[in-house]
Amino acid sequence: MTTPLIAATALSKHFEVGARGMFGLGRTATLKAVDDVSFTINAGETLGLVGESGCGKSTLGRLLLRLIEPTAGSIAFDGNEITRIGRMEMRGFRRSMQIIFQDPYGALNPRMSVEDIIAEPLVIHGARPGAETRAKVTEMLGKVGLPARAMDRFPHEFSGGQRQRIGIARALILHPRLIVCDEAVSALDVSVQAQIVNLLQDLQREMGLTYLFIAHDLSVVRHISDRVAVMYLGKVVEVADKATIYAAPRHPYTQALIAAVPAQHPAQRSRGKRERITGDIPSALNPPSGCRFHTRCPHVMPVCRERAPDLRETATGHQVACHLTDS
Amino acid sequence: MTLLDVRGLTTAFMTGRGEVNAIEDVSFSLKEGEILGIVGESGSGKSVTALTIMDLLPKPPARIAAGDVHFNGQRLTGLNDRAMQAIRGPGISMIFQEPMTSLNPVFSIGDQIMETIAAHERLSKSDLRKRAIDMLDKVGIPSASRRLDDYPHQMSGGQRQRVMIAMALACNPKLLIADEPTTALDVTIQAQILDLLMDLRDEYGMAIMIITHNMGVIAETADRVLVMYAGRVIEEAPVATIFDHPMHPYTRGLLECVPSLTEDRPRLVAIPGTLPEPARRPPGCRFSPRCTYAVASCSAAIPPLEALETAHTAACFRARELA
Repeated sequence: MTTPLIAATALSKHFEVGARGMFGLGRTATLKAVDDVSFTINAGETLGLVGESGCGKSTLGRLLLRLIEPTAGSIAFDGNEITRIGRMEMRGFRRSMQIIFQDPYGALNPRMSVEDIIAEPLVIHGARPGAETRAKVTEMLGKVGLPARAMDRFPHEFSGGQRQRIGIARALILHPRLIVCDEAVSALDVSVQAQIVNLLQDLQREMGLTYLFIAHDLSVVRHISDRVAVMYLGKVVEVADKATIYAAPRHPYTQALIAAVPAQHPAQRSRGKRERITGDIPSALNPPSGCRFHTRCPHVMPVCRERAPDLRETATGHQVACHLTDS
Repeated sequence: MTLLDVRGLTTAFMTGRGEVNAIEDVSFSLKEGEILGIVGESGSGKSVTALTIMDLLPKPPARIAAGDVHFNGQRLTGLNDRAMQAIRGPGISMIFQEPMTSLNPVFSIGDQIMETIAAHERLSKSDLRKRAIDMLDKVGIPSASRRLDDYPHQMSGGQRQRVMIAMALACNPKLLIADEPTTALDVTIQAQILDLLMDLRDEYGMAIMIITHNMGVIAETADRVLVMYAGRVIEEAPVATIFDHPMHPYTRGLLECVPSLTEDRPRLVAIPGTLPEPARRPPGCRFSPRCTYAVASCSAAIPPLEALETAHTAACFRARELA
């Protein structure tokens, strides 16, 4: 078996949240943003990561790049353990792992020219600004569909979609192997979103990229992913290839999530026809006991309140964390 | 019966580059109990249309440059503040995208609902409270009498949107304008809120104008659809017609660029280019620089909105030929 490009094992990130109050009273609480999550991503594949606000999907993406340090667990990049290595050694790996953010307005420094923005990773990794970096920036601009003259301009002169192209060029200039796309198309208008999705797919083919594609839009995730992982309150509840997870989801939360996506034609209106989950997502600060979904689950059983189900393989490549599929 | 009639509405804003029309020549009408979906991307003018109808734009910089709005037979354009205030609430009510910023953080939600009712009706304190509890019940807030004294920060995003809907419905409006009511919400909560809006329409017979960028929200809710692009209405039809036989190339593009939840597609059909900013709109048909079917005449004049079939209009010189 080939080594996966990324292998996360029992990864957790807990934040101490200071509920100390104005006078240092009260106590701190632990927010388990990511709790005991294991998964792999193979080279050249796209793993989609979906879930609602506060489920921990963005935290998980940042953990993979060690932009934040895990509380427990380990990450292997191409077979090399990277969780406990030093800063300088990590730098070597950083070249190979990049991130594209959601907000193309906030992610680009407004005072830097497009050339400086795109060349910055090269400079950080030791290149001297000059003709050579300029040539590389020109090449990247071409790859992301922007004219070379964009180089001397500033972020505010570009539309949201064009800014996202600049962000992609910056992420790709070091020829990384893994890209974490954190809601990379969520803020864009649909007509522009399709352009960026196509661009990401073209670049993946051309440069052999591996993507962790974090998003809340289930149809975009289906389109771009090979496999999909679903998170709920810090836990991965289901992983499968995209055809399986959309056509035959096993976890009640995945089922509810897919059923809640608005119809794509008025003849398929869902009101009264599809089962809805009621209630809101519980607070991650005080998650329900046992299975975290039990408070909203239509199939809840006594065991669900007591014991958290493990993520188990129910069929080849299909993992589910639910007591219903355990028996 | 026609409840709302908008004719040739043009709203201009004074900007650093001179006066710019945010919306231009917008016309449509809405019947009692009908759900009209207005769909468009950034800068299409869908929110400005709603805010002009409600007279909620600051004047200046905004100005109604042309057109009329009639509601329930009464002309709204040109009405003074006091008269307009009497329309907002019992006549037309509005909910917004961001329920957190639309609620006042320092007052309990009960106070805010009661304030809305008290502005239009003379009721005793205990009757006001009863009505507020009743409204929270209607919008599906559990243990309403207890939640009445909660503050906005104590509620989730979905509950805050329910509170906003309760406030909007407190005076039994004939028309509810919902501007991106579910955009800030998670998908499971969005489904609940859309169900609620449909239930309320069925129960109280109010008309709803739902403004969104999401074709899925349109498919789930609308009876009729208005598609806007760069400040103008470019197509209007019953909801099934819009999805089955879109006539305007932009509407077609908008439907095609959304990935499918059930089928594999090798590539998305993207619309090239970007949305024009209001001050830099192209001449002629505003969609022409991005349109695959554009010919020379498209940039020479703005195509009028023409009836192509019964209840189906589109603003495209080539609509008939391409259909």
